[in-house]
Amino acid sequence: MMKRDQALQVLARYYPDGIAVAVYQTAFDWIRIRPHDLNYLCTGAMGQASSHGLGLALGAPDEKIVVLDGDGSLLMNLGSLVTVANMAPRNFFHFVSQNNMYEVNGKYPIPGATTIKFDQMAIAAGYRYAFSFYDIGQFNSEIERILNLEGPLLVCMHIEPGEFYPLDYVTLHSEQTRAIFRDALKSRLQSQLQE
Amino acid sequence: MTLPIKGASIIKAFEDAGIQSIVALPDIVTCDTVLWPLSSNPNFMFIPVCKEDEGVSICASLSYCGQRALLLIQHTGFLDSINAIRAIAVEYQLPVVMVVGLQGSDPDTHPNQSEKIGIRVLGPICDALELRYAFITDEESAISIVEMIEVAFENSSPCAIFLPNSPV
Repeated sequence: MMKRDQALQVLARYYPDGIAVAVYQTAFDWIRIRPHDLNYLCTGAMGQASSHGLGLALGAPDEKIVVLDGDGSLLMNLGSLVTVANMAPRNFFHFVSQNNMYEVNGKYPIPGATTIKFDQMAIAAGYRYAFSFYDIGQFNSEIERILNLEGPLLVCMHIEPGEFYPLDYVTLHSEQTRAIFRDALKSRLQSQLQE
Repeated sequence: MTLPIKGASIIKAFEDAGIQSIVALPDIVTCDTVLWPLSSNPNFMFIPVCKEDEGVSICASLSYCGQRALLLIQHTGFLDSINAIRAIAVEYQLPVVMVVGLQGSDPDTHPNQSEKIGIRVLGPICDALELRYAFITDEESAISIVEMIEVAFENSSPCAIFLPNSPV
């Protein structure tokens, strides 16, 4: 089992500057580990990260889109695996933090906690690749190669909590957060046009 | 005498309003005359979804990329997606445009007076959410579809365009 913050630190090392859609506890960790104007945090309703990510992937096809989903969150929107696979955006990278519980909602177990396999679900839905990691060393050695593959792909990170990061719900839902992202994305897309 | 709205007029209204992407789930009211033609229209990127709330998020995030998308669904899916609409479209004030067929609506009864709860609550729900909406039935109203979409993207605000009757 990997510590979530250690896994995210590894990911941030290999993905320092791209668009990231993050939810709940993973988002709270991520915005401290990789603060960035291109963090898309306002997903609004639980389960919607992959759908927000798909819109970004289709709307900004020259940008890599990393979605940092949760296991309970993805269970609320499993159909999105099929929707994503059907559109097949090559720039869509779906990371799922699997800790088998609703961590910010009382640490209650998710249904199917002992049996569920998100990587197999993703392949069955039509994702191009899927991976599953329990060991931080193995994750560290393979993540760069994975980020250079064509999506849509899913990486299931079997994690447990690491260091505690504040539950910053204000940032997750604020107008300022949305405005910062909007401006940063606009600037990024404009610079692509000029190249 | 008013003429019923044509599917072709609805599609033209989408084009006139600069819509680039159609996010959709089939609805019996709009399927034959709007959805099928749209799905093969090269002027739009067509994004089929498995559930309507996915579409709320997809339209929202496409808007950050400067793209105009529209969600074509049935009223049951609208009702099922209320939390996503509340949070993403209304609270975040994003230009999520929903075109909603009212399956089972009686053409001779205004939707607000429908004997079907799922239909007569739509207006009051939009009022409660402070979500701009209109019921569109006749050909002369096609222009108001364009206006509603334009306002949504100019003001970054959501709207719902309800179609009580099947377009011809």
